[in-house]
Amino acid sequence: MNRTILRLSRQALLGRRRGIVLVLIPGVLLVLAVVVSALTSDPSVGYEAVANLGFTLALPLVTLLAATAVLGPEVDDGSIVYLLAKPVSRHVIALSKFVVAWAATMVFGALPLFAAGLVLDVGDPRRAAAWGVGAAVAGTAYTALFLGLAAFTRHAVVVGLLFALLWEGVLGSVLDGIRWVAIGAWGREVAAAISSAVPDQSMGLGYAVVAAVVVTVAALWFTGDRLRSFTLRGDE
Amino acid sequence: MSVITIDKASRWYGNVVAVNGISMTVRPGVTGLLGPNGAGKTTLIALMSGFLAPSAGTVTLDGHPIWRHTDAYRSIGLVPERELSFGYLTGRELVLANAELHGLVDPGAAAQRALDVVEMSEPAARRIGTYSKGMRQRVKLASALVHDPAVLLLDEPFNGVDPRQRLHLMSLLRRMGAEGRTVLFSSHILEEVEQVARQIEVVVSGRHAASGDFGQIRRLMTDRPVQYVVVGDDDRGLAAALIAEPSVLSVSLRPAGGVDVSVSDFGAFAVRLPQVAQQRGIRILELTPTDESLESVFSYLVGAGR
Repeated sequence: MNRTILRLSRQALLGRRRGIVLVLIPGVLLVLAVVVSALTSDPSVGYEAVANLGFTLALPLVTLLAATAVLGPEVDDGSIVYLLAKPVSRHVIALSKFVVAWAATMVFGALPLFAAGLVLDVGDPRRAAAWGVGAAVAGTAYTALFLGLAAFTRHAVVVGLLFALLWEGVLGSVLDGIRWVAIGAWGREVAAAISSAVPDQSMGLGYAVVAAVVVTVAALWFTGDRLRSFTLRGDE
Repeated sequence: MSVITIDKASRWYGNVVAVNGISMTVRPGVTGLLGPNGAGKTTLIALMSGFLAPSAGTVTLDGHPIWRHTDAYRSIGLVPERELSFGYLTGRELVLANAELHGLVDPGAAAQRALDVVEMSEPAARRIGTYSKGMRQRVKLASALVHDPAVLLLDEPFNGVDPRQRLHLMSLLRRMGAEGRTVLFSSHILEEVEQVARQIEVVVSGRHAASGDFGQIRRLMTDRPVQYVVVGDDDRGLAAALIAEPSVLSVSLRPAGGVDVSVSDFGAFAVRLPQVAQQRGIRILELTPTDESLESVFSYLVGAGR
């Protein structure tokens, strides 16, 4: 990893308006959890709905924002050339940017899900932890995938949204087989292995973990390779 | 001492050819890459700086290919035309980050030295977002110079820079060339290039149109036929008189009045035109050069290079 890239990426992430949205999304989730918890005395009411919302919407959104913020704008406007005109391994640059986006995903994606779980049912911390760990696993794979998208296309946000909301969200809820190639489903499988209160995805913990690791490693390698072949285009 | 060698390099995007079979060698000293907008200068600099793969041919730095060889950046300093988008950093933070990325032993001292060279030490504490165009250009240059590179590539470095800063940048480039660095900069303005570069490479429409020192390039440009429109009170008589002049290549009458004249020797024509008009009793009402644009100069060079 490269400390300078880490520092610059952190500044790029938090120094823009995206930083505010990154805080806003988990904030809304937590407020929702507090409201639901205050309005109902039965912890089972609304838990699933809030957790599902956090997992299928808030987590991918936060991850997409974080991953595209550390790389997207620099690739879009070509100013990444200032970082790339250096004798630094492109895979080190990719890994450093990943670490910053991953840390943001953990803080603004996985941790709030755990906290929301506790707010909704303080008597079942295992269930909350399950959602938190599941979100951490899915968030890790999402981060690498979205970083790869940011290195690959200028439309990373749109493609990422289509993947998370249309493919995993809408189609995933209709077509059962999509769970095998849906990062969210892998995270849920990990969560189900920790707490029986989380619905099982019936794909096996081993598959879910291996799939998440493979996607993370492959996407990171791809990001580094794309940066190595970064092309500077003139305005002419 | 580093040498960039471009050997029959071409680059195309689908059906569009941006660079067409160019061969040139960029040696220590200052080289000017001259050409109109859209000529392929940025593409050539991208090829030379390893940010573009040639579709055909090779681009090497001291014999080693540059594309996908990150180690080449130990000896390359690049000042792209692209604007800096690190508005949230101060000038010093940016230059320091560049020094750190190069793995320099004392990045702080190297950053200070580079800022001193471009006379940006004082505003370096301000955010880049508050800088003028010229200041941004200088901080970009400081970032490229921070590791003391043997090769310096600059894409349109004088664009948007005020005259005083332009002179400063020019003297800086001259000094770097004199120090034995291989400096190449692009521009679409001949006067700008000839003030700094001894060696000039002219590219037009992706082709290498001319190469030489500024004297040779200037002669190529001024020796070309020049077009004028001459309007007098007897256009037909004027045309008849002018075609007899050795300095005139061709004449034709314009439907709306006036005579199109193609002149091979501008100096002789300037002397003879008033004499001929006086002898024939013709009054010259208007004399207008019609193709003084840079594009026409470049078009001529391309034709001459064929």
